[in-house]
Amino acid sequence: MKGKTKKTLMLLSMALPGAIWFLVLRYLPMAGIVLAFKDYKVYPRNPTFWNNLTHSNWLGLKNFQFLFTTKDCLTYIRNTLVYNIFWILLGLFCAVTLAIILNEITRKWVAKVYQTLMFFPYFMSWVVASYFVLAFLDPTRGLISHMLGRTGVDAINWYHEAKYWPAILTICNIWKTTGYSCILYLAAITGIDATLYEAASIDGATKWQQIKYITLPHLSTMICILLIMNVGNIVKSDFGLFYSVPMNSGSLYATTGVIDTYVYRTLSATHNIGMSSAAGLMQQAVGFVCILVANKIVNKIDSDSALF
Amino acid sequence: MEKNSKRPTNSVSIVTEAIFHLILIAFCGLCIIPFIFVVIISFSSSESIGAIGYSFTPQSWSMVAYQYIITLGHQLWRSYFNSIFITVFGTLCTLLITILYSYALYRKDFKFRKFFTFFCFFTMIFGGGLAPTYVICKQVLGLSDSYWAVIIPMLLNPFNIIIMRTFFQSSVPGELIDAAAVDGSGEYTTLFRIVLPVSKPGIATVGLLTALAYWNEWFIPMLYVREADFYPLQYLLQEMQAKVDFLAKNSAMMGAEASKMASDLPSDTLRMAMVVLVVVPITFAYPFFQRYIISGLTIGSVKG
Repeated sequence: MKGKTKKTLMLLSMALPGAIWFLVLRYLPMAGIVLAFKDYKVYPRNPTFWNNLTHSNWLGLKNFQFLFTTKDCLTYIRNTLVYNIFWILLGLFCAVTLAIILNEITRKWVAKVYQTLMFFPYFMSWVVASYFVLAFLDPTRGLISHMLGRTGVDAINWYHEAKYWPAILTICNIWKTTGYSCILYLAAITGIDATLYEAASIDGATKWQQIKYITLPHLSTMICILLIMNVGNIVKSDFGLFYSVPMNSGSLYATTGVIDTYVYRTLSATHNIGMSSAAGLMQQAVGFVCILVANKIVNKIDSDSALF
Repeated sequence: MEKNSKRPTNSVSIVTEAIFHLILIAFCGLCIIPFIFVVIISFSSSESIGAIGYSFTPQSWSMVAYQYIITLGHQLWRSYFNSIFITVFGTLCTLLITILYSYALYRKDFKFRKFFTFFCFFTMIFGGGLAPTYVICKQVLGLSDSYWAVIIPMLLNPFNIIIMRTFFQSSVPGELIDAAAVDGSGEYTTLFRIVLPVSKPGIATVGLLTALAYWNEWFIPMLYVREADFYPLQYLLQEMQAKVDFLAKNSAMMGAEASKMASDLPSDTLRMAMVVLVVVPITFAYPFFQRYIISGLTIGSVKG
C-alpha cells in the first residue's frame, strides 16, 4: 500500500513542472478573460496586476459593442474567414494531388529528392519569407518590378496596392504549407496495403479508378481529422503571413487585415487591453464552437473519423 | 500500356510520368528558387543592384556584405549567439519537462492520469488569447529583456506531449515497466534508465521540432524584449524590415534624424546576407533529420 502512494507521489512530481506551466501560462490567461469586460488601466500608486485589475472599472459589453460597430473589424472578420475557407480547400486539393503524383514516381530516390525540396519552405519563418517576397516585389529593385519596368508597364507599388494581396498571400500560403501536408498524405498513401492495387490492376482497373476507389477512401479519415482541426482554427490565422510578409503596411489592411493582426495592433499601438481581449475572446469562442460543431457533423457521417 | 522491361507492372505510362516529373519540378522550383535568389542577391555588388535591381544574373559579384558581417557586425553576432543559446538551452528545458509530463500521462496506473491529460489537451482547443496572456507574462511573471522572456512562453506544447506519449506507448512495452517495478526501481530510475534509451527516436523528433520553433521565433521577442542585446536573429531581421519601411514612409518628414537612422541600417546586400545566415543552418540540418520530423508531424496531426 505504501509503495502505491509513493509511486503516485513520484509520478505527480513528474507532472508538476508541466502542470504549473499550463496553470500559469494557459489557465491564468483564461481567467484573464475578465479583462474583456473591463476598462483596464494601470493603477499608478502600486501597479501590480491585481491592483490594476481591481481598480479598473467594469464596462459590461461595451468593448464588444465597439468591436462590432467599427467597419474595419467586420472587414477583418470577413478576410479571416474567406482566406481560411479558400486555403483549406485549395491546400487540400494541391497536397493530395501532389502526394498521389509523387507516389507514382517509379524511381524512389528521385521522389525522395522532390520530397526534400518541397519540404524546405516549412522550415522558413515568415520573417525570412518576407525577405524572399521583397526580393521579387521591392518597388525599386525587385525582380518583378524591374521586369515590368523593362516592358514599359508603369511601376506598381506592391506594398501600397491592396488589390494584389489576396493573390500574393495565397501564393505564399501554398508555398509554405503544401509541401508539408503533401508529405503527410504521402505517408498515409504509402501505408496502404499494396496488394489492393495489385488485385485491382489484375482485374483491369485503370490508374484513375484505383485512385478513386482505393487511395481516396483510405485518405478520408486523415482528411477528416485535418479538416476538423482546420475548422477549429478558422477564425485564427498565421500571424506572420499577415503581419510580416505585407510589412504591416497600413494601406493594405483592407485585404491583409485579419483578426489576429487586429488584436496585436490594438494591443501594441493603442495599449487597449480591454478591446484586444474582447476581440481575442470572440475569436476563441467562435473557434471553440466551430470545432465542436465540425466534430459533431463528422461523428454523424462516420463516427470512426471523429476526433472525440 | 507500353511495356518497358524495367518498369514495374501497374505503373503509369512513361508519358504520364514525364508530365508528373514536370509538375513536381515546377513545384520544387517554386519552393527553393526564392532562397537561391536571395543568396545571389547577397553576393551581388551594390553597383549592379543600382543599375539592374535584384537579378538572377548580376552584372558583377561582390563579397562586401559577408566581409562586413565578419569584421563589423557586432549586433549580428550578438543576435546569432542569442539565437543559438535560446535554441539549445530552450530545447533542453522543453525536452526535460515534456518527457516528465508525457511519462506521467503514459503510465496507465497513474491515479491522476485522466485529469492531467485533460489539463494539457484542453489548452489546445481553448485559451485566453493574446492580450490576457501578454498581461500575465508582463505584469505577473515580469518577463522582459532576458532569455527567459523568449523561452518561458514557448516552453510547452501539447502537440509535443502527444508525440512523446505516443512514442512511449509504441516503443515501451508495459511489461518492461512492471518488471522494473518488481525489481524495486523507482519511477525516475525507470524513466531515465529503461524508458528513455528505447525512445530515442521520439526524443529526437520532439527535440528537432522544438529547436526549429525556437530558432524561427520572432513574435514572442517582439512582445517582450525591448533591449537589443537580447534580440534573436529572426527578430533582428523583422525589426530591420520595419525600420526600412518606416524610413520609406517618413524620410521626408524628419530630415536629420531619418538620415541618421538610414546610415545605421545595413545595406540591401547585407540584409540579404543575414537572411542567408539564418537559413543556412536549417538548410544543412533538415535533410538529415527529415525522417524524424515527418514521423513526429504524422503522429501530431493524426492523433491530435
